[in-house]
Amino acid sequence: MEHEITLVVNGATRRVNVPARRLLSDCLRHDLGLTGTHVGCEHGVCGCCTVLLDGRPVRSCLTFAVTVDGQEITTVEGLAREGAPPRGLRSAGSAATGATGEGGGTERPSRPHDVEEVKPALSPVQRAFAECHGLQCGFCTPGFLCTVTAFLRDNPAPSDDEIVEGISGNLCRCTGYQNIVKAVHRAAELLAEET
Amino acid sequence: MKPPPFAYHAPRDVGAALRTLAQVRGKVLAGGQSLIPLMNMRLAAPEHLVDINRIGSLSAIDATPAGVRVGALVRHSDAEHAGAHPLLTRALKLVAHPAIRNRGTVVGSLVHADPAAELPAVLAVLDGTVRLARWDGRAVEREVPAREFFVGPLESAVEPGELAVSAFFPALAPRTGTAFEEVARRHGDYALAGVCAVVTVDGDARVTAARVACVGVGPVPVVVDVTGACGGVDVPGASGGADVTGAFGEVDMTGASGSAAGGWAEAARAVQEETEPESDVHASAAYRRHLVGVLAERALRNAAREGAAARGA
Repeated sequence: MEHEITLVVNGATRRVNVPARRLLSDCLRHDLGLTGTHVGCEHGVCGCCTVLLDGRPVRSCLTFAVTVDGQEITTVEGLAREGAPPRGLRSAGSAATGATGEGGGTERPSRPHDVEEVKPALSPVQRAFAECHGLQCGFCTPGFLCTVTAFLRDNPAPSDDEIVEGISGNLCRCTGYQNIVKAVHRAAELLAEET
Repeated sequence: MKPPPFAYHAPRDVGAALRTLAQVRGKVLAGGQSLIPLMNMRLAAPEHLVDINRIGSLSAIDATPAGVRVGALVRHSDAEHAGAHPLLTRALKLVAHPAIRNRGTVVGSLVHADPAAELPAVLAVLDGTVRLARWDGRAVEREVPAREFFVGPLESAVEPGELAVSAFFPALAPRTGTAFEEVARRHGDYALAGVCAVVTVDGDARVTAARVACVGVGPVPVVVDVTGACGGVDVPGASGGADVTGAFGEVDMTGASGSAAGGWAEAARAVQEETEPESDVHASAAYRRHLVGVLAERALRNAAREGAAARGA
């Protein structure tokens, strides 16, 4: 039996029919096409599927979509938008959004720059991970970004120990965590500068 | 790794939930942080799930001088931030990871009755209770004490058709301190062994009552009253001595008196004798027995010190 549910995902209201057993992670990825949320272990250990539910990090693989009917969800796709600078500061190039024309012979020479400029600004946490090499293969990164975004909101100037505790529910098999801890410190700096 | 299909019920109030449970013999879904992994791994396949997440009345934390009553939908993180009970708050920081605690519930942890989990030990050491309700023409409730609630590993006294609606954690007596010490391979993992202690002292900082509950060393939380072993012990450092805490818990730099050390060690031995640890891939039974002794002594000392410090409060 299918259930009609409404989720507010990254600010947009989405209505979707799901069977009761649909995990929130699968609902986001398969039903809503938001494949930024990654699925690792699917039993709550790895933290890759962490999303924000009404602003708080939760395991989307340990949550049924029907249970969170009517609630707000932020995925990694929504972090950039959240952290984007105010509209007035965006470059004028954003008008080029619709400009696709793969293989067309009459491309404007300036197109690569336009494409660069329409990308939404990365959030401070995302920029800090990029700057500090807080990721390698990137599989665990969406979960870390959601976890750290909420963590720094609750604790804007954490110590090393608090960071390690805060990210203890997210596994990374590439980095050895040192650069992730650096990235969290850097994100805290960036957030402090920007507010 | 996908959960098997089930019929889904989403009652809006407790009465509707109880009527549904009386009809369908389903499993109750609250936070789902233990149930959904079991379903994902196909270790559980309930035909009916009764989702209580829409029953707002179950989200209440009700603190009175007698203690704190925690509703069935109170998430670990809500209880932690409410700070309604010092030992509960302390134990919650040891439960899994922040993302799990944002979803998992206090009462759910009790009903799951994992012998390696922290919250059953907290309820047991405090002599708390769990309120169960079922439908019999009307809602009928019963209050089950912790010593009868935990029946075996992953087995609680909740009967088919019953819903655990709340748990009650009694308040601490005056001049009482608590501690929760555990050893886990990583923070947030299930502990290899753990001990929570509740120690009451008199006006001269002498121990008058001491109880511990141990996790991971028996089929249910192992509660031991060690007042006989360490009653009357003078609490070292009670007069404001240095509190030095290292990565592995307290390091006593104040120089305990001979009699005090004897009392704590005797209490730790008494605790070891009551436990029945088992060997598994993580640790041998002998190592767990060793750990529980060390942790019992550490927890008792720290709880006693906190109790002594609370004398002036």
